[in-house]
Amino acid sequence: MRHGKYPFLVAFLAPPVALYGVYVVSPYLQAFYISLTRWSGFSGNVEFIGLANYRRLLEDDQFHTALVNNLILLACLPVITIIMGLFFASMLNIGGRRGRAGIRGVAGSAVYRVIYFFPQVLSVAIIGVLWLYLLAPGRGLVDRSLDGFWLGWLTPNEGWLGNPGTAFWWVLAAMVWMNVGFYIVLFSAGMQSIPRDVYEAALLDGASRFTTFWRITVPLLWDSVQVAWIYLAIIALDAFALVQIMLGNAGGPSRSGDVIGLNLYRTAFEAFNFGYASAMGVTLFFLTLIIAVLAMRATRRDRVEFS
Amino acid sequence: MTAATEHVTPPADAPAPAAPDAAPVPARRERLNPLNLLNSGFLVLWGIFTAFPLLWAVMTAFKTNREILSLPDCRAGWRFWVWLWCMVDPPTSLEFDNFTRAWTQASIGVYFINSIIVVSGSLVLTMLLGSMAAYALARYEFPGNRIIYFGFVGGIMFPVFLALVPLFFVVDNMKLIPVVGQYITLNSYGGLILVYVAYSLPFTVFFMSAFFRTLPTELAEAAAIDGCGHFRLFFQVMLPMAKPGLVSIGIFNFIGQWNQYVIPLVLMPDPDSKVLAQGLASLAVSMGYRGDWAALFAGLTLALLPLLAAYLLFQRQVQAGLSAGLLK
Repeated sequence: MRHGKYPFLVAFLAPPVALYGVYVVSPYLQAFYISLTRWSGFSGNVEFIGLANYRRLLEDDQFHTALVNNLILLACLPVITIIMGLFFASMLNIGGRRGRAGIRGVAGSAVYRVIYFFPQVLSVAIIGVLWLYLLAPGRGLVDRSLDGFWLGWLTPNEGWLGNPGTAFWWVLAAMVWMNVGFYIVLFSAGMQSIPRDVYEAALLDGASRFTTFWRITVPLLWDSVQVAWIYLAIIALDAFALVQIMLGNAGGPSRSGDVIGLNLYRTAFEAFNFGYASAMGVTLFFLTLIIAVLAMRATRRDRVEFS
Repeated sequence: MTAATEHVTPPADAPAPAAPDAAPVPARRERLNPLNLLNSGFLVLWGIFTAFPLLWAVMTAFKTNREILSLPDCRAGWRFWVWLWCMVDPPTSLEFDNFTRAWTQASIGVYFINSIIVVSGSLVLTMLLGSMAAYALARYEFPGNRIIYFGFVGGIMFPVFLALVPLFFVVDNMKLIPVVGQYITLNSYGGLILVYVAYSLPFTVFFMSAFFRTLPTELAEAAAIDGCGHFRLFFQVMLPMAKPGLVSIGIFNFIGQWNQYVIPLVLMPDPDSKVLAQGLASLAVSMGYRGDWAALFAGLTLALLPLLAAYLLFQRQVQAGLSAGLLK
């Protein structure tokens, strides 16, 4: 069987490697070079300008708004989503544990899980359009519901998405809404793999529900929490689709809800300033890299193995 | 619930015979623990928060535009059921014309077919090329193996935005290739398919090579002794054995590629070549101006339903895949 190994390997590896090289590796490498140039695209006129694009980024107020918004998402989205995920997952699994030791799902927990998970399979475009119309002034579900609860006065005059003070927070709300379900299911699966005797022991020692949750459930789920943190951080650094659909290409009222991805998209495909756009892409890349390393470091703990 | 409380079982720790999940042992605590009630309240509330917006979209899809425009004031009726009915606001008649309008006039049909063509092509190609590369990297030793492997896997963590600008020009320049170029440039199915495949390879190779490594070597050796060549060994022995892994990664790639938004936005700017996600988003803007909410929501519903179907199917498939993997 030794003979013919190399022709076989070439036949199997050449097509995927070629495809990957042309469409993934070469664009990534080119991006670093393009970020050092001034290039309006279609003319062949590429001018090398060194780090001038990066210097310009430092003084670009609109880029700062976008950066700050991404950092807000980075600070809020993982925390809110993980806390809500843990909360609902523990409700589903440890719900009625009094009287009988150990964990036990509440009635109908499978049904809850199916419903909670559903937004996760929807495309982010569908969710963006849905939320755009949920928040439509007057006729949207949010305004109608608030009205029905005698809370209609809360809505700002320009509508939720027309007000610079509220628009971006609704994007965050939509992001939490679409992601929580997945983490409920993820944490829920993690909780079910925690052995019952751990809970029985805690119950015998007279631990309260709250103590059990913080001292047993959360530490034993730490691996899942760490994974969740990294995934959510990556989502928070993107946010392009929701912002673009809910707030438009401009990034909302007075561009208050801008994010880096959208700023890059506008700079490249509306202003045709490809060098500057690539500099934003490189910045985003390094931001992702830093966050990934930090997340790995900060959440590192001793693993607990159940034998 | 009342029936269960009346019959008291003498040994306190015996399992309740009638309803095993109706739970707490009666002797120690009352059945309706306020904490449990609060607990269920939260669960139901989040269920409503998740499901009702989607239900609202589907209900609006069946309304007439006149019906959508009228805004009843729910605070007028003080009786709870009247208020609730007003808040839910179901359609008074089923307006199927909205769906025809969405499918033809709003071109949801065109976008839908574009999405199906692109994703079916890219999914097949992703699975084929991904498992070929993963197999070669997982089961054969040769110089450069690790370099290629980490080259692929490293791609998982790069943000796609970094590549967006050069990618646009790479795909645009494909038109310079004689004969085949026109089929793989901007606004062509082939171009988008190849890009989807390339960007799905990192995770597919990572996942499948881990999977191929777990498969037993004895079978491959036996097949080789029987004179089975490398190609036949892969297609007739290894690939069938990797089926559970292929199902999981196939579902993962399907959802990812079907829902992709920013790549088609950049590579398919032509109105006729839009895929569903992108078409829906641009429709949301144009229909909003025209005021045809009914058609927009019908389009949204048409986009939702296949995902709902795929989701229900997906649950079953993943369970089958997992249990098959466990049995091995």
